[in-house]
Amino acid sequence: MVGIVGYGTYIPRHRIKVEAIAKVWGADAPSYERGLLLKEKSVPTPDQDTITMSVEAAKNALRRAQIDPSEIGAVYVGSESHPYAVKPSGTVLAEAIGATPEVHCADFEFACKAGTEGMFVCIGLVQAGLIRYGLGVGADTSQGAPGDALEYSAAAGAAAFIFGDDKVVAEVEETYAYMTDTPDFWRREHQFYPEHGGRFTGEPAYFKHIMGAARGIMAKANATAADFTYVIFHQPNGKFPQRVGKMLGFTKTQIEPGWLSPTLGNTYSGSSPMGLASTLDIAKAGDRILLVSYGSGAGSDAFIFRVTERIDEVRDVAPRTRDQLDNNKVYIDYGTYAKFRGKIRKAT
Amino acid sequence: MSSPRYWREIPQRYRLEAGKCTDCGNIHFPPRLVCSACSGRQFETVKLSDEGTVFTYTIIRVAPSQFVDQAPYAVGIVELDDGVRISAQIADVDLDALEIGQRVRIEFRLIQNEGEAGIICYGYKCVPA
Ligand SMILES: [Zn+2]
Repeated sequence: MVGIVGYGTYIPRHRIKVEAIAKVWGADAPSYERGLLLKEKSVPTPDQDTITMSVEAAKNALRRAQIDPSEIGAVYVGSESHPYAVKPSGTVLAEAIGATPEVHCADFEFACKAGTEGMFVCIGLVQAGLIRYGLGVGADTSQGAPGDALEYSAAAGAAAFIFGDDKVVAEVEETYAYMTDTPDFWRREHQFYPEHGGRFTGEPAYFKHIMGAARGIMAKANATAADFTYVIFHQPNGKFPQRVGKMLGFTKTQIEPGWLSPTLGNTYSGSSPMGLASTLDIAKAGDRILLVSYGSGAGSDAFIFRVTERIDEVRDVAPRTRDQLDNNKVYIDYGTYAKFRGKIRKAT
Repeated sequence: MSSPRYWREIPQRYRLEAGKCTDCGNIHFPPRLVCSACSGRQFETVKLSDEGTVFTYTIIRVAPSQFVDQAPYAVGIVELDDGVRISAQIADVDLDALEIGQRVRIEFRLIQNEGEAGIICYGYKCVPA
C-alpha cells in the first residue's frame, strides 16, 4: 500500500517574540498572545530560503527512508516564497540530494497548501506505478508587511515527505480535496507583500474549506472524529486549528502533538506538513492520523494515514520536529529581524 | 563567482563529492586530476561525512564586498569525520563561544547572489552540531 516512506523537517534557529514586534508598532502584545495564541515565530537568516530549508528537510526524510535518492522519480516543492520567479526550487533540491537526472520536477503554489499539493500528486504517481518514490516538500520564508497583522505570524520552516509502496511508515488510507474561488489572500506579480481581504479571512475561507475537506474525507472513509488518534489542521495562528478542531468534534489531546504554531508561527506551505511530521515523531503503530491543509484562494487537501511498525525504526534517525522547535533557539530584536528579512533599505 | 564555474562545481558544493584515489586511497576535496600522494589518475567519487570538528577558525571583520552584511562572521577549517579537512563559513554560532574542537555539521545555505538579477549560488556551511 502507498504511504510515507520517510519524513523530515527543518526549522531555522532564530526566533522573534510577538512582544518585540508589538513594541515597534505600538500594538497590544497580549491581544496576539492570548487572542491568537502566538508567542514567538521562527526567522530565517539571510542565507536561508525555501530552497535551503527544503534541502535540509529532504535530507532528514532520506535519513528516515533509507532509500537510494536516485530512485526518487518526482520532486515537488510547494511554496509561496520560491527564490526564483522562473526556475523551479526543485531543480536545486533534486541536485543537492542526488536525485538527478531521471526525475520529474515541478514547483507548486497555492498559498499555504502548496506543500500538501506536492504530497497529493506523489501519492497518485506512486499508486499509478509511474514512479517508485516521490518527494513532496512544503517550505516557506513568508513575509507580512511591516505592521500588518501577518507580520506576527509569518514564519519559516520546511517539511519533506517521501512516498512509496515499500518501507512504509504510514499508509495512505484516503485522500480528498475541497476547493473554491475565494479571494481571501493573494499577491500580484511584482508585489513584495501579499494582500488579504479582511472580511474573507476566517468563516468563508479557513473554516469553510477545512470543515468541507474534513467532513468530506471522513464521509468517504466512513469515520468520525473519535476514529482518529491524532489530527492536524493548517495553523495560521495558534487559535484557528483549536477552534476548527472543536467545531469538528476533536479533542485537544488529538491536536496537541502537531500543534506547533504558538512558538513556531505560520510556516505557510510548511505548516500542516510540519504538524504531521511532529505527530509521526510520537505516533505508534496502528495510530490513525487525519491531516487537513488550507491554502488561501482557497482550498484544503485532506489525508488519512495509518502508522505502521516501521515508525519505531526511523523516528530517531533524524532530528524530531519538537526538538528543533524547543532547543538551540537564538532570540533576535526587531532591528536584526528587519535586517535579516530585507525590510530596511541600506546604503549602496 | 561566475555562473559557469558555479555550475561546474555543483557536485562539490551541493553534495560534498570528493575524489578517492583508487591506488592509494587518499581522498581529495575538491577532486583532482592527479593524486598528490601517489600521482595516480584513477578516482572513485565518494561523499564526505556531514559532521566534523573545528580544526581552526578566524573571525572575518573586514569582509569582501559580497559578504559585508554578514560581518563579523567565522570561517574555519573543519575536519570531517572521514578525516578530510574543508574550509567553510561557520554560521549560526555565537562568535564568543566558538572553540577549536567544537562539533559542527554541514548545512545547505545560500552562499551569494549574483546581484539582484543573477543566479543564486548555494553551497555548504557548517553550523554547531
Ligand atoms: Zn593516490
